[in-house]
Amino acid sequence: MLRDTWLVFSRVMLPVLRNPVAVVFGIAQPLLYLGLFGPLLGEGGWQWFVPGLLVQMALFGTAYAGFSLLPEVRTGVMERLRVTPVSRVALLVGRVGKDVVLLVVQSLLIMLAAMLFGFRASAGQMLLGLGLVALLGIAIGSVSYAIALKVKLEYVFASVLSASIVPLMLLSGVLLPMSNGPQWLYWLSRINPLAHVVDAERSIFNPGSMFYGLVSVAALVLVGVFYGVRTFNKESA
Amino acid sequence: MIKARGLARRFTTKTGPVDAVAGVDIDVAEGELVGFLGPNGAGKSTTLRMLTTLLQPTAGEATIAGHDLLTDPAGVRRNIGYVGQKNGSGQDQRVADELEFQARFYGLSKHDARTKVSDLLERFDLQGLEKRGVITLSGGQQRRLDIAMGMLHDPRLLFLDEPSTALDPQSRRNLWDHIKQLKADGVTVFLTTHYLDEADYLSDRLLVIDHGSIVGEGSPDELKHRVSGDLVVLGTPQASIVASKFENAVIDGEKVSFRIPNGDRALPGLLRDLDNIGVELHSVQVHRPTLDDVFLTMTGRSLREEANAA
Repeated sequence: MLRDTWLVFSRVMLPVLRNPVAVVFGIAQPLLYLGLFGPLLGEGGWQWFVPGLLVQMALFGTAYAGFSLLPEVRTGVMERLRVTPVSRVALLVGRVGKDVVLLVVQSLLIMLAAMLFGFRASAGQMLLGLGLVALLGIAIGSVSYAIALKVKLEYVFASVLSASIVPLMLLSGVLLPMSNGPQWLYWLSRINPLAHVVDAERSIFNPGSMFYGLVSVAALVLVGVFYGVRTFNKESA
Repeated sequence: MIKARGLARRFTTKTGPVDAVAGVDIDVAEGELVGFLGPNGAGKSTTLRMLTTLLQPTAGEATIAGHDLLTDPAGVRRNIGYVGQKNGSGQDQRVADELEFQARFYGLSKHDARTKVSDLLERFDLQGLEKRGVITLSGGQQRRLDIAMGMLHDPRLLFLDEPSTALDPQSRRNLWDHIKQLKADGVTVFLTTHYLDEADYLSDRLLVIDHGSIVGEGSPDELKHRVSGDLVVLGTPQASIVASKFENAVIDGEKVSFRIPNGDRALPGLLRDLDNIGVELHSVQVHRPTLDDVFLTMTGRSLREEANAA
């Protein structure tokens, strides 16, 4: 099982290592937010904005992960792998592993870049911040692959994604504090687990409580991985 | 190698249940090359997917390469090779990487995997392509790579689903030679096809499937024999005399045609008899029935029309 996971991970990681330029392109968007949006928040805004940006990266980076599975489903790759004795769980976990490793590398690069603008963090805070981002990535990545395996078609998958990601992001308070808005919008954000994860990520670099965020991320990982594993077991029995 | 009893698959659709495979019995002995012939939608692939653990049967049971399909699918997977209809190697991967990972998925060590990969690259004429991206290979090369990927763990039983679809004639011929070589090496091969020439050229034995049931079984020659006999065409100036000797004979000018069973063996005696009664012959032709004739008599439909319609 561990060996299988490592093999699946290596197989999908290899093309990335052969062409690492794609990883750099992957941080173009958060870099733009950092350079063109971050300064709008004014003095002291960085400590507040960068943690949210990291959560946004986790969301966008791993939610789209399922797209990499679709060509393998459409050609015979998944089918070929399913006839090998390789563990069905490894087929999912190995892939999610690749996305989470990339996410952590990209998040680290963004944190370092943010420091040039005035973001301040200790090594311990950065480690904790990356850990939380990685957990969120595991949860969202698992769900993304499971949905991709179910819907199988690019255009369906794309609409499922945009229909779910945009509200999740808008209601998470990544860009502006939700408390600035009217009461109903604030309460709506409170039922979005991602908003709590954003709060937790922020409280790593600022004073505040991580409690609800940790509960949320733990629940997301449990539900996400369970759903992902179940789907991979069922759809590829 | 394969023993299936009453294997069936029912799909539930909006318009009600559909029996894609209505319960088939399949026996394949070790070392045989068996062709599974049928038109598109007859249930070939569904059967193959059940035999290779990709699809759960809704009824029936099977033992594949010594392992029970229902209770030990992992055992089945370890002991069979499977080459699907579509290309099974990742478009963003390199040839040697895909082969090596595939070998390691079957439990080979890194070292053994490398040895095996270079063996198979040679066996399937893929040397020199190790570092090429899969996406840059020709259709024939991709297909040979697919088969090599199914052979990395030396399975004694190999399933091939429509192996030569979408290949040009030369690549097809080349692929057929490779498949024949596998059989010569003692591998049991079970392949589906809707090409008559492929079934005819490769198979020791054929199973003909239509509408989810097996409608015929035998060697290509046996099946042809069973149909309607061979077509014999005799050229003679005494056509009416010759025609009177055979049932259902058709006269066309100086040509008489009729069907007799085992034409190749019956012909010498037949010619002697005609000679004895003083009939003069200037040409003799024997046409063996094609598998298309076979298919037509078994199902009432021509396989060729099906293939063209698809």
